Amino acid sequence: MSHSLEIRGLVKAYTPGNPVLKSIDLDVDGTGLTAIIGPSGTGKSTLIRCINRLVDPTSGTINLCSDGRCVDLAGLKGRALRENRRLIGMVFQEFNLVERLTVMENLLCGRLGYVGAWAAWRRKFPQADVEHAFDLLETVGLGDFANQRADALSGGQRQRVGIARALMQRPKVLLADEPTSSLDPKTSFEIMLLLKEQGRLNNIPVIVNMHDVELARRYADRVIGMSGGQIVYDGAPDGLSDEFLKQIYGGEAWL
Amino acid sequence: MLSTTSAQRVSTAFRVDLWTRVLVLLLFVYVIYAASQIGFSWERFVSGLDNGARFLKRMFPPDLSKMDILWKGISESLQIAVLASVAGILISLPLGLMGARNLMPAWLSWTARTLIAICRSLHPVIMAILFVKAVGFGALAGTLALVVASIGFIGKLFADAIEEISEKQVEAIRATGAPFPNLVLFGVLPQVLSRFIGFSTYQLDSNLRNSTMVGIVGAGGIGGPLFSAFQRFDYSFVFTILVTIIMIIVVGELLANYVKKVFYV
Repeated sequence: MSHSLEIRGLVKAYTPGNPVLKSIDLDVDGTGLTAIIGPSGTGKSTLIRCINRLVDPTSGTINLCSDGRCVDLAGLKGRALRENRRLIGMVFQEFNLVERLTVMENLLCGRLGYVGAWAAWRRKFPQADVEHAFDLLETVGLGDFANQRADALSGGQRQRVGIARALMQRPKVLLADEPTSSLDPKTSFEIMLLLKEQGRLNNIPVIVNMHDVELARRYADRVIGMSGGQIVYDGAPDGLSDEFLKQIYGGEAWL
Repeated sequence: MLSTTSAQRVSTAFRVDLWTRVLVLLLFVYVIYAASQIGFSWERFVSGLDNGARFLKRMFPPDLSKMDILWKGISESLQIAVLASVAGILISLPLGLMGARNLMPAWLSWTARTLIAICRSLHPVIMAILFVKAVGFGALAGTLALVVASIGFIGKLFADAIEEISEKQVEAIRATGAPFPNLVLFGVLPQVLSRFIGFSTYQLDSNLRNSTMVGIVGAGGIGGPLFSAFQRFDYSFVFTILVTIIMIIVVGELLANYVKKVFYV
């Protein structure tokens, strides 16, 4: 089964007449890791957040197709929106774990779209979910941390929990909004590797926002370059010339 | 500002606010003025001390012969305090959530906050007088008065605590597609639970003290016997009652510390 995302004419203006995203067209399918790079304030985060509707787009369509069924995420409200959000995993820059809950409880948060409030309150999650959670903890290398509180973990460990929580949703698309920007270089590489592997393993596309061009070159199968709210590059990572980076980031001293 | 010398910059780093000084000075002047208006004087204070000494002398020995009256009043006070605290907390939980402006639409949060503010606006004793007139003498009036007072106090604290939570954790739960009740249970509650426990134990402490007072206006509890003992100049019984109340408050404090220790970790 393949899953795909098809964005057409996506516009987001936080203040009318001053769009942050200027008509984005983008197709993402298959299983690869797509890196979105570009300078700060160019709308990368807004683009990612429009997909799972943490930000409401001003106009345009975002079609999420999975198992032969397509839904326009941009037009959803209420229950339909919540049900489709369950299909989209999200990893955050600052991990956004619930600090006072344990690692296991944080993972099970990924199933909150599927369990009722009474069961969630009593922590009565289906046994299959609990087993999936233990498996994922092993996968991300935190097998012994199930009962640790999230605020006792280091940055890299927290992001692993963040990824595991997103994977708990059994998502059709995995989004990551600057997942390595709060981490040291070594941990950043490990996190990128984990995202790439998990995308391939679960047969889903992974879309990652990032600042770090080197990291994108090393791990991305495809790079989207954004500048001024538009897509200015779309292609293989080795096609990113210095000339081009100069154009989207400006200046050249940093190259 | 390249032309400013370093001396000038240092002198402006901690600028003295003239208005703060003026306000502090005005407050000081008013305190002296108010004291003179009320007629505080050293002679008045000394003659007052004299009176106090005689009052204290009459408290001894404490009267231990009316234990049945004491026990009846104290147990009623305890019941009022516990019932009012439990009911007040249970009502404040949803009301506080409704009053949180970061999670609720404006019309609902303002309605809830107005309701909470009305509950807080009257002192528990005035509230007790109102309820005595409304439902008659006895513990029911006292309990209702303290329920209202509890809502007014912890309802606001709950709402404010929810407004101070980290949006990031809520956002992450929202992104999983969780419905609102689950969002509250996993995104909001863990962030505020320990503070809620603190507020609740504080309210129980507050209700224990207030439950000894509503009896003065006939709303049940030890306040009734205490007031009539005062009026009979039965100061040795007054002393027994006061010591009992102090002991209850101290025990309540120890209990509250224990509860907090259990939940704060």
